[in-house]
Amino acid sequence: MESYIVSNWVVGFLLVGGAGLAWLVQRSRMWSQAFRDIWRRRRLAIGLIALYVVVALLDSVAWVGGVHPGEDAVAKHRARSVIDRLFADSQERSYSAPLAATEFYGGSALRKPGSHLLGTDLIGRDVLYLSLKGARVALLIGGLTSLLAIPLALLFGVPAGYFGGRLDDVVFFVMSTLASMPGLLLLIALIMVLGKSTLAICFALAITGWVGFCRVSRGETLKLRELEYVSAARALGVSEGRILVRHILPNLMHLVIITFVLMFSGLVLSEAILSWLGIGVDGSWGQMIDQARNELSRDPVVWWNVSAAGAALFGLILAVNFVGDALRDALDPRTAREAE
Amino acid sequence: MLAYLIRRLTYGVGVVFGVLFFLFVLFFTVTSPDDVARKALGERVTPAVVEQWKINHGYDLPLFPAPGAWQENMLFEHYRRMLTFDFGRSDADDTPIADRIRSGMMPSLTLTLPLFVLSLLTAIPLALLVAFFRETYIDRLGVVISVLAMSVSILLYIIGAQYLVGRLLHWFPISGFDSDPQLIVRFLALPLLVGVLAGLGGDVRFYRTVFLEESNTDYVRTARAKGCGEGRIMVRHVFRNSLIPLLTRVILAIPFLFMGSLLLESFFGIPGLGAITVDAIQGNDFSVLRTMVYIGSLLFVFGQIITDLSYGLVDPRVRLE
Repeated sequence: MESYIVSNWVVGFLLVGGAGLAWLVQRSRMWSQAFRDIWRRRRLAIGLIALYVVVALLDSVAWVGGVHPGEDAVAKHRARSVIDRLFADSQERSYSAPLAATEFYGGSALRKPGSHLLGTDLIGRDVLYLSLKGARVALLIGGLTSLLAIPLALLFGVPAGYFGGRLDDVVFFVMSTLASMPGLLLLIALIMVLGKSTLAICFALAITGWVGFCRVSRGETLKLRELEYVSAARALGVSEGRILVRHILPNLMHLVIITFVLMFSGLVLSEAILSWLGIGVDGSWGQMIDQARNELSRDPVVWWNVSAAGAALFGLILAVNFVGDALRDALDPRTAREAE
Repeated sequence: MLAYLIRRLTYGVGVVFGVLFFLFVLFFTVTSPDDVARKALGERVTPAVVEQWKINHGYDLPLFPAPGAWQENMLFEHYRRMLTFDFGRSDADDTPIADRIRSGMMPSLTLTLPLFVLSLLTAIPLALLVAFFRETYIDRLGVVISVLAMSVSILLYIIGAQYLVGRLLHWFPISGFDSDPQLIVRFLALPLLVGVLAGLGGDVRFYRTVFLEESNTDYVRTARAKGCGEGRIMVRHVFRNSLIPLLTRVILAIPFLFMGSLLLESFFGIPGLGAITVDAIQGNDFSVLRTMVYIGSLLFVFGQIITDLSYGLVDPRVRLE
């Protein structure tokens, strides 16, 4: 199947899943109260994240079809997203400053004078367009990696904490082994061995990222295991599997949400570092910053590339960090005191 | 105490063996020595040349032990070489890896040691100050600034500082290194500034949480009740009792000072171990990368044992048994 069809399906699933989650949250008193609390405190940050999500989704819905009559046969058969279509005819020859009427070097006239809100890069691509496209890459890195790492951590951490014994020893040894390798080096080693595709990079990030949450979920399960309602369930003859699914897992959910949000910003920032080392994901903001590295030494200075990518990255990370803090305050009873 | 130390060391050795096995899986089975040889030699080579390269670099044994010949294989060789610190030659340019590590250690330390001390000296007082003014606007402002500082990618700190301080203000050279102590200060100023700034937000926030947790304890309330001043409480009671979580973070960081800083070193042209690693990444030099991961985990295991032992020194209630 063409990759754009898969991408369209994913968007559909995400919309349906999001609606389902919203319905579940709205049904549960605890969750809806927590989310109302966060919404009240962090309206701006949540709005900003929503904006990034909308841009990413718009960039994920693609279809084949002519954009304008004069284009060549090859371009006609390429799938293009909504964002691609908005900027379909924005190619210039080289650098132009934001809203400039002429090229930055040489001063010859632009094809579309005054239309590039954030200027164009070395090979004439619109910087606003590239920055918007980066949103999809960033959300993909954060989302896909969390989707791999969090289930992996629960799969090992919860049984290890619940059953203890040999299983716990083995899981703990694997965790200590992985944790003792320097994170960034392990990440680089994995990517060099596994390859530089988006999936391989997310996989490598997940391998290095799951240990922390595995430790947390193991510790929390150790505590939950001793609680009265778990003993009660056991006394009633409920099977171990059912106790894990019905009594332990739901009580770890708040940690899952907090970890997801706090992990997210770390992942996107790590990708920027990887991009700088030449092993990042194509089209990310990190790669834009990497490509713009030497532009500040040009004379006159080309500042809009690195500023646009940096600001886009900063905006997302900042919003996620703020929401993450509010989430932790609202959902984690341990820090509730501090939030008051 | 001795029994604890022995048990702890045994577990540490176990972890190092685990790391070595992981590295073997990654660098010998997922990418075979043939892949490494092709990467070093290029795609268009005859099998004979590949075999010769493997013999020269000591990759010519079978991967796993065969019955009767348990020493003649890569798995055994990998463990033997790593555990005896016989790192061999680089896959990319044939220089001895041990020499490179020896030459990179000092430049790394001249950057990371001052960076470590300066970071502690700025972050801990700032965090104490913010915790002192808890639940006021100063505290809230401090937290917001910390989160803002944390959200900026380190790449932007580096690029920004090089542009602003190096190019516009011309205070310091943009990059480079020298063994002359007077010049070193000028070369290190900019990376140190960036390193301290980039870590400050996260550090202040972490230490603040630690201090706040400690300020909510009963003995702090008692100290306040008997009329102890707030400043004295912060330093004498809160800070001293926060040492355990602080030590966990601080002592564990010390061994890694040898590894240098990947980004700072390669951006600012400091020929330390971090820069060597970045060169290895860009040159597809698997042997150097493998060695660096191994040394890093050795240092980590060592640091963790030291941290555990230090708890006993800081907190007399902790008994190591």
